[in-house]
Amino acid sequence: MADNQANGTPILQVRDLKMHFPVKEGILLRTGKFNKAVDGVSLEIQPGETLGLVGESGCGKSTLGRCVTRLYQPTDGRILFEGTDITNINGKELMPFRQDIQMIFQDPMESLNARHTVGDIIQEPLVVQKIGDKASRQKRVKELLDTVGLPARSVTRYPFEFSGGQRQRIGIARSIALNPKLIVCDEPVSALDVSIQSQILNLLIELQKEFSLSYLFIAHDLAVVKHISDRIAIMYLGKIVESSDGETVYREARHPYTQSLISAIPVPDPHHKTERQVLIGDVPSPINPPSGCSFHTRCPKVMGECSSQQPNLIPLADAEEHQVSCHLYS
Amino acid sequence: MPEPLLTVDNLITEFDTDEGRVRAVDDVSFAVEAGETVGIVGESGCGKSVTALSIMRLLPQPMGQIVGGEIRLQGEELTRVELSRMEKIRGNEIGMVFQEPMTALNPVHTIGRQLSEVLFLHKKIDKEQALKESIAMLDKVGIPSPDVRMGEYPHQLSGGMRQRVVIAMALACQPKLLIADEPTTALDVTIQAQILELIKDLQNELGMSVILITHDLGVIAETSQSVVVMYAGKVAEKGSVFDVFDNPTHPYTQGLLASIPRLGTEPKSILSTIDGMVPGLLDLPTGCRFENRCSHHQQICTQSPPPIEQIVEQHQVSCFEWRNIQQELPGSG
Repeated sequence: MADNQANGTPILQVRDLKMHFPVKEGILLRTGKFNKAVDGVSLEIQPGETLGLVGESGCGKSTLGRCVTRLYQPTDGRILFEGTDITNINGKELMPFRQDIQMIFQDPMESLNARHTVGDIIQEPLVVQKIGDKASRQKRVKELLDTVGLPARSVTRYPFEFSGGQRQRIGIARSIALNPKLIVCDEPVSALDVSIQSQILNLLIELQKEFSLSYLFIAHDLAVVKHISDRIAIMYLGKIVESSDGETVYREARHPYTQSLISAIPVPDPHHKTERQVLIGDVPSPINPPSGCSFHTRCPKVMGECSSQQPNLIPLADAEEHQVSCHLYS
Repeated sequence: MPEPLLTVDNLITEFDTDEGRVRAVDDVSFAVEAGETVGIVGESGCGKSVTALSIMRLLPQPMGQIVGGEIRLQGEELTRVELSRMEKIRGNEIGMVFQEPMTALNPVHTIGRQLSEVLFLHKKIDKEQALKESIAMLDKVGIPSPDVRMGEYPHQLSGGMRQRVVIAMALACQPKLLIADEPTTALDVTIQAQILELIKDLQNELGMSVILITHDLGVIAETSQSVVVMYAGKVAEKGSVFDVFDNPTHPYTQGLLASIPRLGTEPKSILSTIDGMVPGLLDLPTGCRFENRCSHHQQICTQSPPPIEQIVEQHQVSCFEWRNIQQELPGSG
């Protein structure tokens, strides 16, 4: 971990990534159209950093996460892990990278095999990667349970015996079993109750400090993402529309979509009066995205060129780190 | 003071399960004034949805039973009323919106048929008139080209549009009370904002009361005048939103409010948590149900359930230690 911090290579670089799913139509199931779930995304994550990825359902944030973990083979673009291109490698070549990149899923019940004991679930990555013998694996499982705050006797129990929050802890224990460098967290707390959510967020923050992990943290809840992230990228219809550090995104959001997203969040304070920009209509389909800027159909500040010309994600003139994809600022 | 539109007094609802009888709602009381929005907040399994289903008398049969207490809607007692009368009350007097609009709508019938059925059943009008009113209703809930949508099926609409249809159905007969059970939980934030705005507008227009059930304290703060905080089947604290959010007194309410990450909190700071878990309904403690997770717990808390006590006017709390807790936190909030 430390050698990368020294030479300054980002842990993850994604360059102009595209993931287009074929849509089969008609009786002959011919591929006529493509679902452009991710359509030209570039991002970077530094060692020890958390990048938060925010967007509404269908914006492609989970697809992007699955491309990064190489559960999907991207259509185009490049994914570099510590400078090594992992976009097109498969099978045995990919195995070492699977150790370094792990994933935490949204629904801990669906992502844990109900017929396996917790011990089997947590040691499975070690078995797959052929690490250690039986005794050392069992020792490791105990260590991991302790790290995520579960009692050692959980080893012989099954997922259904645990509550949602505890199940998520099991999923986290599995994801850190191989000492990964990057963990893709796909909505890890959105299925949990408020009081449990904060326990899991705290655990993720503590683990990051302890093991210098990097996170790609995917969620729809901007307040949660802002809490855990160093930088935030806002996604809309397969593209990143704005990115900067969390504080800037929240206080000085420039993209009209980010602005309305922030104003739509209900604030738990009855004295708070929001000047709400309620967006009209729904998110368009990624199969047939609007021309030009994909947000122009719902944008309150739409101008003439928005429907014809696609804006690029470029840094603002006055703030290098703050990137916005909007004609208002180009 | 005029009588509230709805009063729920000491409601007890039980379920027969394979493992035994469980009390999902235990001694819950609250009132809904005319035109008011009451938020019921709590985590999964706290009994907030069962409370709503008890009011609607829609508990799963034969497992769910109201075994005690009273529910009065404009003076009429609902827990023992004939089912035929209840069928008239549902829709006419009380409308309900569910969490997942896809399961609330019938996938094999058109929007128009489902919506006009409500009017046809309750208003004794002919089909043509019912169709006409349905189109007007869809227009009112903000569905573009309502006449076209009438002929479409639920799967052809987006989640937000489906929830609008469900709201249109619930409000078709202009009920005096709307019960919305997690109406926006399945929706994205920008769509949630649209739906909450819509409910607020319709409430002003029709002068109805709303019971809004949610786990999101933000939604409560924005929409409700009163709030009932539930924990493991009981009311932990209730009062006006200002009472409860400015001066949370029950340790559970305090814990909930402190554990939400807010846009203003320091990034990567450790959030305060409520340790432990909600007790299972099958083995509830004899004393306070929050006792095992509470940092203020005393000997007395394990012995008997705490009574609900008044702090100021409408603000009530069910905690033995609330006076000491308040002294520790002078002017919190």
